[in-house]
Amino acid sequence: MNFPILSSITFLPLIGAFFVFLTKSDKGDNNRGAIYISIFTTFVNFFISLFLWYSFDTETSNFQFLEEINWISGFIKFKFGIDGISILFIILTTLITPICVISCINSVKIRLKEFLIAILVLETFMIGVFCSLDLVIFYLFFEAGLIPMFLIIGIWGGTRKVYSAFKFFLFTLLGSILMLIAIIAIYWITGTTDVTQIYEIKIPQEFQYLLWLAFFSSFAVKLPMWPVHTWLPDAHVEAPTAGSVILAAILLKMGGYGFLRFSVGMFPIASEYFTPLIFALSIIAVIYTSLVALMQDDMKKLIAYSSVAHMGFVTIGIFTFNKQGIEGSLIQMLSHGLISAALFLCVGVLYDRTHSRLIKTYGGIVQVLPKYSILFMVFALGTLGLPGTFGFVGEFLVLVGTFKVNILVAIIASIGVILAAAYILWLYKRVVFGKLENDQLKKIKDVNLSEGSILLFLCLLIIFFGFYPEPLLETIRVSVDNLINNYNLEITRNIALK
Amino acid sequence: MEYAALFLPLIGSILGYLIKNLGDLASQLVTTLCVLIASIFSIIIFYNGIFNGIYDNYLIYEWIASGNFIVNWSINIDPLSSIMLVVVTFVSALVHIYSIGYMKHDSNIPRFMSYLSLFTFSMLVLVVSDNFLQLFFGWEGVGLCSYLLIGFWYKKDSANKAAIKAFIVNRVGDFGFAIGIFLIFMFFGTVNYAEVFQLIPEFSNKQINFLGFNSNLITLICLFLFIGAMGKSAQFLLHTWLPDAMEGPTPVSALIHAATMVTAGVFLVVRCSPIFEYSQFALNFVAIIGMLTAFFAASVAIVQNDIKRIIAYSTCSQLGYMFFAAGVGAYHVAIFHLFTHAFFKALLFLGSGSVIHSLKDEQDIRKMGGLWKQMPFTWISMIIGTLALTGFPFLSGYFSKDAIIEFAYLRGTGIGYFSAGVGIITAFLTAIYSWRLIFRTFHGKFNNENLSKSEIHDSGLIIIIPLIILALGSIFSGFVFKDFLIGSKYNNFWNDSILILQTFDLSKLPVWLITITPFLVIISIPISFYFYVKNTKLLEKIKNKYIFIHKFLLNKWYFDEIYDSIFVKPTKILGSFLWKSGDVKTIDRLGPDGISKIIKIISNKSTKFQSGYIYDYAFIMLLALSLLLTFFIFYK
Repeated sequence: MNFPILSSITFLPLIGAFFVFLTKSDKGDNNRGAIYISIFTTFVNFFISLFLWYSFDTETSNFQFLEEINWISGFIKFKFGIDGISILFIILTTLITPICVISCINSVKIRLKEFLIAILVLETFMIGVFCSLDLVIFYLFFEAGLIPMFLIIGIWGGTRKVYSAFKFFLFTLLGSILMLIAIIAIYWITGTTDVTQIYEIKIPQEFQYLLWLAFFSSFAVKLPMWPVHTWLPDAHVEAPTAGSVILAAILLKMGGYGFLRFSVGMFPIASEYFTPLIFALSIIAVIYTSLVALMQDDMKKLIAYSSVAHMGFVTIGIFTFNKQGIEGSLIQMLSHGLISAALFLCVGVLYDRTHSRLIKTYGGIVQVLPKYSILFMVFALGTLGLPGTFGFVGEFLVLVGTFKVNILVAIIASIGVILAAAYILWLYKRVVFGKLENDQLKKIKDVNLSEGSILLFLCLLIIFFGFYPEPLLETIRVSVDNLINNYNLEITRNIALK
Repeated sequence: MEYAALFLPLIGSILGYLIKNLGDLASQLVTTLCVLIASIFSIIIFYNGIFNGIYDNYLIYEWIASGNFIVNWSINIDPLSSIMLVVVTFVSALVHIYSIGYMKHDSNIPRFMSYLSLFTFSMLVLVVSDNFLQLFFGWEGVGLCSYLLIGFWYKKDSANKAAIKAFIVNRVGDFGFAIGIFLIFMFFGTVNYAEVFQLIPEFSNKQINFLGFNSNLITLICLFLFIGAMGKSAQFLLHTWLPDAMEGPTPVSALIHAATMVTAGVFLVVRCSPIFEYSQFALNFVAIIGMLTAFFAASVAIVQNDIKRIIAYSTCSQLGYMFFAAGVGAYHVAIFHLFTHAFFKALLFLGSGSVIHSLKDEQDIRKMGGLWKQMPFTWISMIIGTLALTGFPFLSGYFSKDAIIEFAYLRGTGIGYFSAGVGIITAFLTAIYSWRLIFRTFHGKFNNENLSKSEIHDSGLIIIIPLIILALGSIFSGFVFKDFLIGSKYNNFWNDSILILQTFDLSKLPVWLITITPFLVIISIPISFYFYVKNTKLLEKIKNKYIFIHKFLLNKWYFDEIYDSIFVKPTKILGSFLWKSGDVKTIDRLGPDGISKIIKIISNKSTKFQSGYIYDYAFIMLLALSLLLTFFIFYK
């Protein structure tokens, strides 16, 4: 076996967290040691993941960098491996985490050391989710991620933190319990929990429907889909900035990733059968949450609702089962990862200065925060899917793919694009433009070096991939082809059987 | 050179903003020079095309490749794009120069210049595209720049509102456009113009089931593309954003909302002539919408009082002309009118900007009057612009607008005759409102109470020079380019860039048709002079008698009010309703909050069982025992 690079990426943050734990916990907020260790760990992890991408072979759809250790022999194997679909999520995770670490240095005022530990541990769990090729291991990471997030909301959150933390926890946990039962059932049906083997064995059709629904309940909550999305706005509003960023950028993507890897991969026939359900829920999500977003008076809630709408595009895209749709939804997840992260950071910048998330507090801040306003504008444009930003590529591909399958769904989803322009530009207008009337705002300073460079970096990425998404498309191409081919084979085989 | 013409404005835009710390002059110089050089290159490209036939397609790189959905960034130089290159860069360069003078006292000059250049770049990307998606990029890009520039004075609430309105109404159009692109890709498997156009004849009779309706594929594609064009070119039903867009600085109105961006819709229809030619229904639809817009906007323009809004409605109306030219299949005439219109409309806007500038931002023509002596240069250039716009003989508008009416007549169909008729009436209305503007502004009594007449003087040289150049263009562009664009040489010029299946027989023109419009245009001068200068009381009387019509026109046929109550308010109400009643009261109450409440109730009840009193436990044991006994006795 070669050097276990996936395990290193996964567990490096955990080791970092251990060292942070060892640092002397002084009463002051100025825990330099913990900060340096976290920054160092997350950056090293990011570079390792870039190296991983560099050495990744885009020509094959097989799982690469495989690692296998028997954990409970004959039952659970500790199996890691990635393909074109998962690698980009790993890079997204290792990219977003250092950003969160840097951003929380300024904004987290209490128990910074514990906060950093929570973020690092969370990174381990998130990467683990995207690397695991064993259902039980996947489930462990998937669920374990709840704990640090629960703590982040519950300890460092706002006024209604306890309510939101519990809502978040219970919602996601309830969905996942069904998935656990399904995983056990799969073990009894196939005799293994190894995903690659299950792909080969093929689960009998009669079991697929129930199992699909069990997995669906978990992923739909995580993504979130309408109508189980109501935990998201609350969680976002109460979570500290770094928490919101991770939540929006990565945790939501686990749902989409799960649909692709497990629902479509393991239960193709059920996936086809339930496509109308997914389409219906998704277009409701797109229109409904866009309308709700329009009327929000809290910036974070608005962005949270817009996330639900964007995730609606993702689910529509996945269940088109064609190249444009699935590649589009992958790109959409990545772009939403960057853009929503950037938007939450933007809100965080304002919140740190005025301690208000309400839109009506603001107005005319372009006069005091000119640099911030430009960056915010780019992110707003990304949200509404302007061509030339990253947001456009995914959205457009999804719609192209959907149009081939179901014209009506594509048209309704396109209306969501108009609404997106309405809510985000209206938000921008009310916050950034207009007369500067609030005296409190007149004294605030523009973005500092660390905030500015983070936002600028994200802004450049969003524009760069808007004009040149090819590196990403190239990475996912073969794996998506393979996924679609397997799906089509199963469907035709099933038709032939009938 | 083609690359330079395209990318220089972008470089200028970025550089112009980055060097803002070196002073306003630096960014003004950089941006203006870049666009100026780009315009020289464009003229060379155009010249090479006309005389040497040099046309080519330059591939820049692959943008998106997903399955068979492959889109490139490219520069496609053909007759149509080369003439658009010239219009865009030339007007843009003049507007850049003009802005140096016009925006002198603004505090955000680098930002303004940078936006202008960025707009120019987006417009060029749109024009030189060889596929629908790059066109869409430019399309939304110009929409963005328009949004940014309308809202340039961000402290004004009305400007911000107008900016958002412009963007969202355009988005509605873009929604149609996008669906057009989806349809094209779905059936042709490509979004490249050349490949799509080649396949069109094979599909010309294909019927598809679209949302339950059985319809012709080509017609559907055309209609959806045209919805996009309607949004961008402010055509009837989607026109409401254009008059509001006048909140932006005047150079912006000249460049974006008169000469270039709003003509993108016309460009789209002409570019897609190989598709539109195969759908008579779509062509008729284009012609009817164009005709309606031309008439509607002209009727509204007659009673407006804001100098820029009058010209905005006039633009709307002229765009209507271009569309009905395209709708009767005279694409080359549409582009010819687009070409001449760019000169005289930019001239009118810049001229009115000069007036507004001198009157310290006064835009109401009721507060002007008698200015001609104070600002002779502006006066003369406005007169030239008006003559050209109304189609006074031998100025540019005469050649292009009359040609539209003539070609509509020559088409020989009912729609064609009807369009020609509406065109003639509208031409008369155009002349009336244009002269009304001139007479109210420059003649009669001076009506401004805030300024004394001696304070007013003509604008500086940097504002006057672009006016003179545009005035020359307004005079000569029709005469010089007539032969190339619509005259005897038009087939040589246009090559394959436009497709006209049914050609026109120019010899069949009746004399009365050729003479009627110029005649109406000329007599309109004394008529409007009489009404607006000599005998204004008569006009008041007429106005009071038909107050209903006047109000109807003044309120722009009540479109804004109708849209507000049909779309804007219900959307907001629905949004609140879904949030408050949907999320909070239904999902949360039945979902998490409800469940937690139930669990609380159950646990409260169950804690009561554990009271700690012996007799409670004893009672329950007895009860259970008796129940069990009963069960065993009766069922076993």
